[in-house]
Amino acid sequence: MADKSSSNAYWAANIRTIMIYLVVWFVCSFGFGILLRPMLAGIKIGGTDLGFWFAQQGSILVFLVLIFAYAARMNKLDRQYGVEE
Amino acid sequence: MDQFTLNLLVVGATFVLYFGIAIWARAGSTAEFYAAGGGVHPIANGMATGADWMSAASFISMAGIIAFGGYDTSAYLMGWTGGYVLLAMLLAPYLRKFGKFTVPEFIGDRFYSGSARFIGVLCLLIISITYVIGQMSGVGVAFSRFLEVSNATGLYIGAAVVFAYAVLGGMKGITYTQVAQYIVLIIAYTIPAIFISLQLTGNPIPALGLFSNEVHTGQPLLQTLDQIVTDLGFKSYTEQSDTTLNMFLFTMSLMIGTAGLPHVIVRFFTVPKVSDARSSAGWALVFIALLYLTAPAVAAMARLNLINTFYPNGLTSAPVSMADVETKEELKWVKNWATTGLLKVTDLNGDGLIQYYNDGATALATKLADAKKAGNEAAIAEAQAAFDAKVAETAAKMAEKNPQAADWKGNELTVNNDIMVLANPEIANLPGWVIALVAAGGLAAALSTAAGLLMAISSAVSHDLIKGQLNPGISEKGELLAARISMAVAIAVATWLGLNPPGFAAQTVALAFGVAAATIFPALMMGIFSKRINAQGAIAGMLVGLIVTVVYIFLHKGWFFVADTASYSDSAPMILSIKSTSFGAVGALINFIVAFAVSKATAAPPAHVQDLVESIRIPKGAGVAQSH
Repeated sequence: MADKSSSNAYWAANIRTIMIYLVVWFVCSFGFGILLRPMLAGIKIGGTDLGFWFAQQGSILVFLVLIFAYAARMNKLDRQYGVEE
Repeated sequence: MDQFTLNLLVVGATFVLYFGIAIWARAGSTAEFYAAGGGVHPIANGMATGADWMSAASFISMAGIIAFGGYDTSAYLMGWTGGYVLLAMLLAPYLRKFGKFTVPEFIGDRFYSGSARFIGVLCLLIISITYVIGQMSGVGVAFSRFLEVSNATGLYIGAAVVFAYAVLGGMKGITYTQVAQYIVLIIAYTIPAIFISLQLTGNPIPALGLFSNEVHTGQPLLQTLDQIVTDLGFKSYTEQSDTTLNMFLFTMSLMIGTAGLPHVIVRFFTVPKVSDARSSAGWALVFIALLYLTAPAVAAMARLNLINTFYPNGLTSAPVSMADVETKEELKWVKNWATTGLLKVTDLNGDGLIQYYNDGATALATKLADAKKAGNEAAIAEAQAAFDAKVAETAAKMAEKNPQAADWKGNELTVNNDIMVLANPEIANLPGWVIALVAAGGLAAALSTAAGLLMAISSAVSHDLIKGQLNPGISEKGELLAARISMAVAIAVATWLGLNPPGFAAQTVALAFGVAAATIFPALMMGIFSKRINAQGAIAGMLVGLIVTVVYIFLHKGWFFVADTASYSDSAPMILSIKSTSFGAVGALINFIVAFAVSKATAAPPAHVQDLVESIRIPKGAGVAQSH
């Protein structure tokens, strides 16, 4: 069993990772897809604007990258803090 | 070979496959029955999760909703995929480490309270039962349209198939059948989409075709579509017309609702390791994204095809006639779908042609129909006058661009959202085997989700209620029998509800996602990320979240969905522009606030619970999911 201070440090590192990833998650869906769409209106793509693409496809692609990146990052943290299975 | 034989062959072949898997993957222990023995590979588990998640709503309804709603309905695309990011980072790995069978069991242990567990069961049952009604009615529609049996017979066949592999195989049988069902449904969804994308844009990948140039006009597909729909008086396809606040909250509700659906969460109890739970969420989203990236293309292309079918020579030339529908082979689908009542054609101006446009009087048309049903002459005359006036106003405005519009007396074609995907191959005149494939795909989507929901319901009853509260000393054999019996009862109830839909089948999305977002997601998240939230806080939070959300939905949709008891409507909501479908996110926020406030005012959780939270946060020491 990992000692208490190492588990706490592992958990803090996990929380930091989650925070950063959630910011990306929010900006690429709620941000580019909804709230910031008017700001992206100048960038045209296939008969509409970039915000429409983010709302209908781009956000989903970002979600995919985020989950696999998180899984890889956590596998690394698991080993680094000696808490892997 | 005629279409009916073809449908029968393809659907029959998929059913034989599901039965075969059911016999191969029988469950022998409770661990196999509830969590497939915890030994499912993350990629297989991802596929099964994909099939479990993609319901009749995703397969049959979603593209149709987007086809008629355009940009505003992007909430479904973002919401129903973005929830997996939350699952992967905030819930799945820790719940897998916890290593028990059900969601209420975690709530009960973490909040050291039988009452908390019971509220968890209650929320789970509300969510899963409302959800399963939609699946069963989807099964009925697909059967009655494609296999020419009555709705009821279709439901019985569907129930028998689910019964066979869910009751025999439990989670193990369900998981491996879902892998097969995923393959059937994804092929069935993408093949017609590839054909149609090639026809319209020349691009074999529908997701890219959506942003390509249309073959005939040489201009971007979405630009052509925007032009055509606005010329017919509909709102623009790519512009926003919903309020930003409502769109934001609706997307958020669907996202956290997805992450809080019990039948999705339990999928992550079936993988061998904590790290597998994280990557399995990623694989699930890969398989879901294959459909979700195609769906917006299917939506836009189906809308364009629909309009082009009815205006074969352009918007300012004569549309197809009533006689064409009777005689022309390529319009046979109009007649076929009209018999199901999901498509209606009425020649209002008596010119023998079918004018499809936005007469701006949909609400007035509903009022007129209601008045005719009630039979009050004065009311009918008044409603008719209001309808005619509005229609004439629109016609005059449209006649500036299109001289023919001067004679139009109202929209003559109404198309239900739900038929856009199922009728799509017929609208595009694709070969018969593609149509049969879509029938099999729709059934695979509905059956796989129904099985996952029934699994969640039966384990809540047998494991959380019977073993957890009524008879803790029950043997493993006894519990397995109880699980099978509750599964059989759940199937019977779901079939009965499918036969007698309570009239709110269409409202189930608001209820299921609203409750999942406002109760289960916050409870689980706080249970993992805070050591301070105690039993009192969690119970108060869940109860307030549940009540506030359900009451807000009832105020807009009617108490227990009895329509004329509604005090507000979604077109004029009670608070700002927040529709009842978007309220789950607000309910979740209220849950968080109440839970924190109550926990702060009462004693901290006991030491062993704080240790439990410590232990689920680190992956080390996870075993196979078990009951003790």
